[in-house]
Amino acid sequence: MAQIRIENVRKDFGTFNAVQSSTFTIEDGEFFMLLGPSGCGKTTTLRMMAGLELPTSGEIYIDGEEVGMKPASQRDIAFVFQMFALYPHMNVGKNISYPLLSQGMSKAEAKKKVDEVAQILGISDILKKPVGGLSGGDRQRVALGRAIVRNPKAFFMDEPLGALDAEFREHMAEELRALHDRMGATTVYVTHDQLEAMQMGDKIVVMNHGVVEQFGVPQDIYDWPATMFVASFIGSPAMNFLEFHGMVGSGATSLTLGDSEISIPQMRSGATGDLAMGIRPEHVHLNDTSTYRGEVIATEYLGTTQIVTLNTPNGEVKARVASSKKVAVGETAGLGFDERSISVFDKQSQRALLSAGNEGVLQHG
Amino acid sequence: MAEVELRNISKSFDGVFALNNVSMTIPDGAFVVLLGPTGAGKTTTLRMVSGLDKPDRGDVLVNGHSLAGLTPAQRNVAMVFQQYSLYPHLTVYENLAFPLRSPLLKTSEEDIKVKVSRVAETLQIAHKLDNKATALSGGEMQRVSIGRALVRSPELYLMDEPLSSLDAKLRADLRIELKSIQADSGATVLYVTHDQIEAMTMATHVGVLNEGKLIQFGSPREIYEDPVDIYAASRLGQPRINILPADLFGHAPTGATSIGLRPEQIHQGEGQESLVTRVEHLGDQTRLHLSLKDHDLTTVTDAHTQLAAGDIVRISPQNPFFFDAAGDRIH
Repeated sequence: MAQIRIENVRKDFGTFNAVQSSTFTIEDGEFFMLLGPSGCGKTTTLRMMAGLELPTSGEIYIDGEEVGMKPASQRDIAFVFQMFALYPHMNVGKNISYPLLSQGMSKAEAKKKVDEVAQILGISDILKKPVGGLSGGDRQRVALGRAIVRNPKAFFMDEPLGALDAEFREHMAEELRALHDRMGATTVYVTHDQLEAMQMGDKIVVMNHGVVEQFGVPQDIYDWPATMFVASFIGSPAMNFLEFHGMVGSGATSLTLGDSEISIPQMRSGATGDLAMGIRPEHVHLNDTSTYRGEVIATEYLGTTQIVTLNTPNGEVKARVASSKKVAVGETAGLGFDERSISVFDKQSQRALLSAGNEGVLQHG
Repeated sequence: MAEVELRNISKSFDGVFALNNVSMTIPDGAFVVLLGPTGAGKTTTLRMVSGLDKPDRGDVLVNGHSLAGLTPAQRNVAMVFQQYSLYPHLTVYENLAFPLRSPLLKTSEEDIKVKVSRVAETLQIAHKLDNKATALSGGEMQRVSIGRALVRSPELYLMDEPLSSLDAKLRADLRIELKSIQADSGATVLYVTHDQIEAMTMATHVGVLNEGKLIQFGSPREIYEDPVDIYAASRLGQPRINILPADLFGHAPTGATSIGLRPEQIHQGEGQESLVTRVEHLGDQTRLHLSLKDHDLTTVTDAHTQLAAGDIVRISPQNPFFFDAAGDRIH
């Protein structure tokens, strides 16, 4: 069980900078997600924590001990990869006991440990089976078993569910999370799937181009994104940006889009120039009395809700509304915005301006 | 313009049914999505219509005329595959013009130019016409391969998971684009996917396939709100419908063995006590994992709920579905 602290970690591959200067802390027992698009530096960050890459500069602490330059074998962690490599010539039990026996543990003791782990994973009945004929799920469980059995300080997982189809992935995600809740081991998990990150993580780090864009609990990041990248990467559909040229000052409680005055959380900072009002689709309402209007260009049925896409003078806007609401392509609709959940971004810096809404989230991180 | 009818189509490979007596009518101008997991028979159905495969039994008719005996080239259909197979040595323009240069079509260069420009405009790749196909991003390549199908304005488009290799954002954009191209052109589309979002958002009709059988055929709303069996009910909806013993909440209709509850069919605040086992904040909504008399179920609640694991929530069914032992819906 371990707390992991990353301080100003940087990694260069030749002239290419993979991770710029990352700082965050993973608390003991957390299920922690490293989230970002491919090439953002998330896997490199994980590999540095694991000791598979050495940082160019900065420190990595596991339980207070600086391990940045130590090889993986001295860090007491377990790594689970996307393609779970099992030993094909060994049966399930031998695959799991292998790490123990190779450390010199007695056969009897190893067997006891394997039985324990098999119990946790619900694979006791297949210990004698060859790994060749196993289903994807069982292979995944065996790979996990091999990681768990050593009782490491932390688990590192690099897109462990990436190769599975959608239905099965959801099932394994629940299983992994439930396993974590039973064992309470610190887990660091790399994914490019924002829904997976929201669903499984206690905390999320969002990375882009080697930079940590935001760090916090999933709902805070969703509600109050620090940057336009986070706002558009998290959530499906993404946060809407209504772009405008204008000014908002510290203390302002509204902004102007065309002829319409839109209430916003009171600003704690100001900016002028190219700005964007950010609002999530579920906080946009179709409201006939509103003076702010758009033309419906698409509707997408999703069961309980539907996504309505509208063209507005400030760009395309998506609204998530009840599917019982009748909306026709081509009609003009008034738009209402839930003022408590509006962010304002400075397009030049790409960052959210501080407001009464987001200051609690953005100032501590 | 085409109405397509599949009449009692069966096809087996090595003694296993890939399609088992499948019949459906695809109305002119419809956007039909075949939905099902790997092995359900979706792609085989497409191949029967395209002529890439022949049915063992049954017939495919377009506007009342049987396609039996016609080669793929003679059928007026265009296919789009998941893996865009563009000619890497040709420019985007030449890739788009290629189908029109088929000796069967005898299109003049002027016509080709007009058609290619129009399609490039629609798909927003007009500025890339002189680029080599290999110099495009994945999304652009897929647009070109869709464009190559559009340029011929065939009677029927067949699409096999055309969006599944694209990233989430691009997929969402192209969903809307494909749908509006189809609506504007009035073309008939038969589209295969295992992605329920694509099925719900684009289809005028969804065909739910399972192990070579057509389980249900209807609008996305019909299938979501009025599924014929457990299988069809489980294909649409996230989180997935909860299937539980019929009498879990008390009285059940005669013959019912299971009750099916989508999140909106679970009323919170009164009824049986259930234990919250896990809370997942997904941003726009929060998923509650509940345990009720040793059964797990999942529902959704307000994004900013204060509920936490260990809390008790009272729940009761609201207009639930009931299913019999075979999984068929009981009304």
